[in-house]
Amino acid sequence: MEAIFYIAAIVAVLATVLTVTRLNPVHALLYLTVSLLAVAVVFYTLGAPFMAALEVVIYAGAIMVLFVFVVMLLNLGRHTVDLERSWLSPGAFVGPAILAAILVGEVSYLLARSGTLTPPVAEVGPHQVALALYGPYLLGVELASFLLLGALVGAYHVGSRRAQGRTTVGSRSDRTGLASGGDLVRTGADRPSGAA
Amino acid sequence: MFALGLIGLLVRRNLLFILMAIEVMLNAAGLAFVSAGARWGQADGQVMFLFILTVAAAEVAVGLALLLRLYHRFHSLDVDAASEMRG
Amino acid sequence: MFHLLWLVPTIPFAGAALLMIFGPRMAHRTAAFMGCCSIGISAVISMLIAWQFLHQPPAGGGYTQHLWTWMSVANFHLGISFYLDALSLIFMLVVTFVSFFIHVYSSEYMRGDEGFSRFFAYMNLFVASMIVLVLGSNLLLLYLGWEGVGACSYLLIGFWYTDPKNGLAAQKAFITTRVGDTAMAVGLYLLFQQLGTLNIQSLMQAAQHQWPQGSIYATAAGLLLLGGACGKSAQLPLQTWLPDAMAGPTPTSALIHAATMVTAGVYLIARTHVLFALSPTAQLAVAVVGAATLIAAGFAALVQDDIKRILAYSTVSQIGYMFLGLGVGAWTAAIFHFMTHAFFKALLFLASGMVITSMHHEQNIFKMGGLRKELPLAYWAFVIGGCSLAGLPLVTAGFYSKGLILWGALSSPVGSATLWFFGVIGVLMTSLYTFRLIFITFHGPCHHKPSQKTGWLMGVPVIVLMTLSVVGGFVELPSYLGNHPWFTNFLQSALPATAEGHAALSELGAEGIVVLAFFLGLGAAWFFFLQRRELSESMAESGLGRALHRWWYTDWGMDWLYDRLFVRPVGWFSRANKKDAVDLIYTGTAAVTRSGWSSLRLTETGRVRWYATALVVGTVIFVLIVALL
Repeated sequence: MEAIFYIAAIVAVLATVLTVTRLNPVHALLYLTVSLLAVAVVFYTLGAPFMAALEVVIYAGAIMVLFVFVVMLLNLGRHTVDLERSWLSPGAFVGPAILAAILVGEVSYLLARSGTLTPPVAEVGPHQVALALYGPYLLGVELASFLLLGALVGAYHVGSRRAQGRTTVGSRSDRTGLASGGDLVRTGADRPSGAA
Repeated sequence: MFALGLIGLLVRRNLLFILMAIEVMLNAAGLAFVSAGARWGQADGQVMFLFILTVAAAEVAVGLALLLRLYHRFHSLDVDAASEMRG
Repeated sequence: MFHLLWLVPTIPFAGAALLMIFGPRMAHRTAAFMGCCSIGISAVISMLIAWQFLHQPPAGGGYTQHLWTWMSVANFHLGISFYLDALSLIFMLVVTFVSFFIHVYSSEYMRGDEGFSRFFAYMNLFVASMIVLVLGSNLLLLYLGWEGVGACSYLLIGFWYTDPKNGLAAQKAFITTRVGDTAMAVGLYLLFQQLGTLNIQSLMQAAQHQWPQGSIYATAAGLLLLGGACGKSAQLPLQTWLPDAMAGPTPTSALIHAATMVTAGVYLIARTHVLFALSPTAQLAVAVVGAATLIAAGFAALVQDDIKRILAYSTVSQIGYMFLGLGVGAWTAAIFHFMTHAFFKALLFLASGMVITSMHHEQNIFKMGGLRKELPLAYWAFVIGGCSLAGLPLVTAGFYSKGLILWGALSSPVGSATLWFFGVIGVLMTSLYTFRLIFITFHGPCHHKPSQKTGWLMGVPVIVLMTLSVVGGFVELPSYLGNHPWFTNFLQSALPATAEGHAALSELGAEGIVVLAFFLGLGAAWFFFLQRRELSESMAESGLGRALHRWWYTDWGMDWLYDRLFVRPVGWFSRANKKDAVDLIYTGTAAVTRSGWSSLRLTETGRVRWYATALVVGTVIFVLIVALL
């Protein structure tokens, strides 16, 4: 059991290093996914199976999908197909595949030996987590829901600006509408530079 | 892992990578919480991880929306290119 | 009738308010009617109250009308309440009646002036404030009226505000009286702090019970109140504003700067006479101030050439007599002189207003002359008023009142022969400058033909005041003339009688010397200014004469002295301190902040990674500090 923990941890660190050092975003995303999956395994070995499931579903699933969506959104155009091809070249799959294979091996080993392995630490199951969550942390749950709502509205607002026709996707040469201000990153330019 | 994420944040200029680095950092923090919770056999660590998960989801949604805006404005994901502020 | 007391100040106040709001849209006739009527009604009510006061005097000699509570903080309670006794009744009557006649006079005098309704609004407001001053049952209400009349005085001196000179005169009056008012305010604090009340009646009782004779507190309070009185009543050393105050319209000079407001100081001292009776020092100070002022102002009046300035200095001098009377404990005599002075001085000012109107606003007496035939009413008004002012024996009011004061100065235990002697010199001076004024203005060769004739609206008040200037004295006949001290008896309930000490002379003998002084002055004036005019001119031309002339003309150089003592040092200091040393602290703070800002703004690069690095470094340093400590 401890061996599984250490192997998963090494995989996680390795994948993270590779994530940070990749130049290609799609490659980095692949490594990041692997890293998250490794962390999920670590969670399981630490006696938190519920968290491990959440890690896989939300992090490796939902959040990574968002990233992939955005990467795809940014690259609409004639080069897209070529870019896709170059990104998804078989060579790029090697590294993540190896790391993922290690994880699969671990998981299958765990499944095969299920019930016989004793975790090194006491397992804290979803039951206890739910009791704590809706007991002393009720206020935190409410706040988290507010945060999600705010993020939803904020992301919609920020992302839907282009619906107002101020900039168009892919029009690389058109920068005439830029000086109109109001964007978050441009607000600084409105300040008089010689304010001293 | 936290340190790795931090380095990623500081070193990379691509906004997408910065966001990923932030995800890594959050994940590292969550890992620390869960480990601590496991060490003491308490559910609190996992509760904290849940909150971190929520924060990460919210952050990534807003962050990616901002990224899209930035890209449409500057046609690049270089955060230093977005620096027009003259202090 | 007493319950109508609150109407006496309220009606003029309402008149003032209406005139201020609707005045600019009113016809002049309406404004004048309203202005005069409000004072007239007020005067009638005063008379009704006086009638009842004479027939059914209120218990204890005073009637208090409590209207509402003004303020109530901890153990400090003040009401808007009026106190009526013999003293305030006399003042109220004189103020309302003289004001009424002056209002009637002004309705013609001010005709055609563009500020016509404004003038009446100010005058009504003045009367209301003056009555509040007189009737106020506590010293704070009195102070309210005191400041109210001061403000009206300021407004009316600067009435023709388009001329900057008038504005300056108004400011001078306001600032100079403010000096005295500050002293008075300090006096009020002292009284409240020591005795715990500001209600005049309880204050006087408390002072009598708590302070021994000659108490230091009584002296301090008395001197501080005297300071306030000096400012308001233009006594030495704060008298310099009154001659300049003649910049206002003549009816204003008559009402405010001769008959009523300037005597507020006299009222204040008479009202708080208990304090002065407790402190011989303060009382002596009052007497000395009065005696010094009456002499100084007499000499200054002798060399003026502006008809109104002469009268202004004579006012200062006559109030000096009142202060002398108060200072020697001849309380009723001072009040008596206040009353007669209000009559004859208002008369003189109104008559001078007639002269000035006829002469196209010429005020220099040396450019007049021979007006006796042209302006008979003004001439007779001047003769009667002047005789009353100088004290023509037996037939004029001024003779009786001034005689009473001088007799008090000689005979009272507080008085002395020196004070009396100064008073007699003052009589000589008074008669000298009064008849100089009359002889130069109305006799001799005629320089300018007067043009305008004055109407009955100006004539009637003058005639009424002429009558009062004569008969006003008969309410108090001295012992050698049948001894009918009605006036003193009337005031007995409010003011103590003049204490009789032993005197070096009999009353008749002393009176004889006063009469002698009067005739000496009259004769000298007749000789120098009518018979041998060139003699007085050659005297004025000689070296010593010219120096004295200049010195007295500038009121003993007081303005010059104050200019050097106060105005210039303050001006110099403010110029030297143009950059404002204190301000350096604030500009320095601003400069430091600014430099901090300009160095901090260097960190505002707009580079996200730079921010993130700074965040990390800051966190690491913080964690290190926490860990190390």
